[in-house]
Amino acid sequence: MSPRLLRLALPAATGAVMIAAWYGLHFWLDAEMRFLLPTPGQILAAFRDNGSDLARAALNTTEGALLGFGFAASVSFLLAVGLSLSAPVRASLYPYLMILQMTPVIIIAPILVLWVGAGLKSVTVITFLICFFPLVVNTTQGLVSTDRNLVELFAMWRASRWQQLRHLRVPAALPYFFTGLRIAATLAPIGALVGDYTAGSSAGDGGGLGFLAIIYSSQAKYPALFATAATTCVLGFIFTSGVLALSWFALHHWHDSYERSDQ
Amino acid sequence: MPATPIVEFREVTKRFGGGPLVLDRITLAAEAGEFVSLIGPSGCGKSTLLRLIAGLTPVSSGAVTVDGLTPDAAAAELAFVFQEPTLLPWLTVAGNVELAPHLRGISGAARAATRQQVLDLVRLGDRADAYPRQLSGGQRMRVSLARALALEPKILLLDEPFGALDEMTREHLNEELLAIHAQAAWTAFFVTHSVAEAVFLSNRIVVMASKPGRIHTQIRVELPHPRTAETRLSRAYHDVVADVSRLLRSVETAAA
Repeated sequence: MSPRLLRLALPAATGAVMIAAWYGLHFWLDAEMRFLLPTPGQILAAFRDNGSDLARAALNTTEGALLGFGFAASVSFLLAVGLSLSAPVRASLYPYLMILQMTPVIIIAPILVLWVGAGLKSVTVITFLICFFPLVVNTTQGLVSTDRNLVELFAMWRASRWQQLRHLRVPAALPYFFTGLRIAATLAPIGALVGDYTAGSSAGDGGGLGFLAIIYSSQAKYPALFATAATTCVLGFIFTSGVLALSWFALHHWHDSYERSDQ
Repeated sequence: MPATPIVEFREVTKRFGGGPLVLDRITLAAEAGEFVSLIGPSGCGKSTLLRLIAGLTPVSSGAVTVDGLTPDAAAAELAFVFQEPTLLPWLTVAGNVELAPHLRGISGAARAATRQQVLDLVRLGDRADAYPRQLSGGQRMRVSLARALALEPKILLLDEPFGALDEMTREHLNEELLAIHAQAAWTAFFVTHSVAEAVFLSNRIVVMASKPGRIHTQIRVELPHPRTAETRLSRAYHDVVADVSRLLRSVETAAA
């Protein structure tokens, strides 16, 4: 079998085994306990029955995730540039960025709701908070680890600080920025979900996937709950793929991580 | 009437901070168009000497003048070729060559014309759109050289530019460098560890000694131009290589 075919066949076979085991486990349970583990078939049925609710909620969560992710990417980039320009500023702010990262968002979520209001605004802020840290840390790291020979070259050319930033430090930091972005992309849908779970609102837009999960859980609609979880997975997958595509687009011309082995 | 030197060192000493003397009373003058090689044991301050001309570090005492100016004021007349190609990996060959002129505000059309000209000089005219990682080590070094030439410098400073290349590539690049030098008027300061390279390229070899770094002897190389692969086979060439090698060994023995 060709390696390419094997790369498709292996995960497909693993998936089939897992689904079979899932069904096995379901029917192994006592009949009255089987509701705890709905079968893939039941989950698909829940998708069909709750399709429009799930789609609307997914759209709302995507909106919050995108907004939070986008703000985090732009704010962290600007902050990283600021941090990279001065070691004293870096030293003064880093501990507090760490503290911000350590702060459990779930606990401050209720107060965030009071500050900015429930719904999309809170979800955006919470996603922002969750995505922010890996982006700042990675991008700053990239901006301060520019090849010393290249820095000397720019000094030789008597390039201004701005030129050095624009033509040297920022492009050299892009791979680091994208590393941060990839981590943030996996966090953004989860952030939006957590935000929605703790600070969501049915008002206006009808809430997101987190809010829907609360409803299904309170109504004991477990197949629909699993369907919500699956929808979140798909969302995360789309986010990560999007960032990978973006990263490929920005870096594949030159960065070693995209070097083809046949070259 | 003697020509005014384009680069002049008068009683230059250099030490970094409170450290030991790196360069001791260097007095040296190069005329426009000369090809000067600096050779000597490790730690003799050859690279520091280049950095003084480039104004990347100040003298501790004495004076360096470049075309009658301080090195800092003359920065626009200088170009530097480092030991490594130091290309920006995210720019194409064309982008790398045009970057410094771009930073200096030179217009796109003028930049493109110069770029094509210098890339043709280093025989990479057809690789303008390639990225550095697609090139061999020798080709990257050529791009680095083209990038320096694109600044149309009066003085070219080369710090062991071919040190990392294999012998064949190095010899080819030496021949090309001389051919380019013959077409232009720049003055070269070339740091190397290779006696053969220094003899082949130079009008003058400055043999340096270490601890502290100082000029030991200056040797004029009278081999006729143009120098080609044939030159390396000549008796005269081998005699000069032998002389310089002997001299260098005596300097290194004295240091050891």
